[in-house]
Amino acid sequence: MTMAKKRDYSLVGESTRRAIETGLASAEWYHTDVARKTMKELMQRTDGPAIRDTIIWFAAILGSAAGIVWFWGSWWVVPFLFVYGVLYGSSSDSRWHECGHGTAFRTRWMSDVVYHIASFMLMRNPVQWRWSHARHHTDTIIVGRDAEIAVMRPPDLIKAALAFTGILDFRYSLPTLVRQAFGKLSDDEKSYVPEMEQHKAVIAARWHMVVYAATIAVAIALGSWIPLVLIGLPRLYGTWHMVTTGLLQHIGLADNVTDHRLNTRTVYMNPISRFIYWNMNYHVEHHMFPMVPYHALPKLHELIKHDLPVPNPSMWHAYREVWPVLLRQLKYEDYYLKRELPPTAKPYRGEFHDLDITAAAAE
Amino acid sequence: MAEWIEACAVDDVDEEDVIRFDHGGRTFAIYRSPDDEFFATDGFCTHEKAHLADGLVMDDIIECPKHNGRFNYKTGQAKGAPVCVNLKTYPVKVEAGKVMIDIG
Ligand code: FES
Repeated sequence: MTMAKKRDYSLVGESTRRAIETGLASAEWYHTDVARKTMKELMQRTDGPAIRDTIIWFAAILGSAAGIVWFWGSWWVVPFLFVYGVLYGSSSDSRWHECGHGTAFRTRWMSDVVYHIASFMLMRNPVQWRWSHARHHTDTIIVGRDAEIAVMRPPDLIKAALAFTGILDFRYSLPTLVRQAFGKLSDDEKSYVPEMEQHKAVIAARWHMVVYAATIAVAIALGSWIPLVLIGLPRLYGTWHMVTTGLLQHIGLADNVTDHRLNTRTVYMNPISRFIYWNMNYHVEHHMFPMVPYHALPKLHELIKHDLPVPNPSMWHAYREVWPVLLRQLKYEDYYLKRELPPTAKPYRGEFHDLDITAAAAE
Repeated sequence: MAEWIEACAVDDVDEEDVIRFDHGGRTFAIYRSPDDEFFATDGFCTHEKAHLADGLVMDDIIECPKHNGRFNYKTGQAKGAPVCVNLKTYPVKVEAGKVMIDIG
């Protein structure tokens, strides 16, 4: 869709009004046909894979934390900081995500426990972000509706680069929690967190603040940085993997369309990144069928890939592909990367998602 | 006032599954529990407009396909965010291999 006006990313502004008026908000989205019996099998919940992965995750967190404490003051601490940082500051995102959907475990309380721990690690309000993510799924990359658009147009490349350091996110997340702990939700937050849930968001923010205050108190009492290096600061030094994988989900692709094949990207990744990211590299598949647990996404991918754009073979390939698009968007923000469909796919329906895909697309 | 209508045949619904049933401009969801009992609720989720019949039945729970909101389909109770409003349920009986629901 060629947008005549500049994009307004506020969730209570001009783009919001337009998205609601034109039916882009809460629209019907394209889904690849999958037989009900097959989909039922794919959706099945089981605790096994997530328990195994969570044990590995916690064991690696504890092991690397022990290494940090043991080697503190020597250069040997660096590899432990590297591992701990990624496990704390990046893996937590996919755990937050899957447990927020409630698909990782069959047993609900296990999902909730991991969800709250991961939310804390990410400095995310667990109540607010549950709702923002629901909105992200209803209105994926619909300007004025989606609360989780990572790179807006025209792209701020300095901001995007700084995201890898975690600095901007830290600077946003911590003050946001403080504000919420004082009982204040922004207008944007109020637009997607229902009134009856808003007090829960305030309580959750207060709990996070209590833990941070206790951590600072322990650090002062011990006269040591270690408590802060283990709790809080990994959000800075361990975020880079989350950003590297997460930015690729939608960056440079179409906005204001109702077909995930156009606005979402699947990227093949190495097994370590897939463990950290809990298979969210199959992102088109996840958005089309959020009921399918992370461990079944490779199977779903095999089943529907005939109907999806060819995945990027690597993260490197995906970034190389999107870089010129971002540069062009600096001058011409309607420009985007058009995803090609294989001949076996059902075509995009321009009339269905109000998109002239020939207008501003990179080939 | 009671208004019993035929929704489907018993065999139309697998065990621990759900199907969609449309009638008079309304949409219902018909469930068959793991212990082989039948239940009926409104067909749309109370959060947004999503067909619960595309969701997943697990024991007493129907999970919505859109944002994974969960309801107890026997009582209609919403089990937490993002579903906060209970689901309307309907009386069900089985007669001569047919599932009947009271939409009155
Ligand atoms: S539409 Fe059912 S949970 Fe959102």
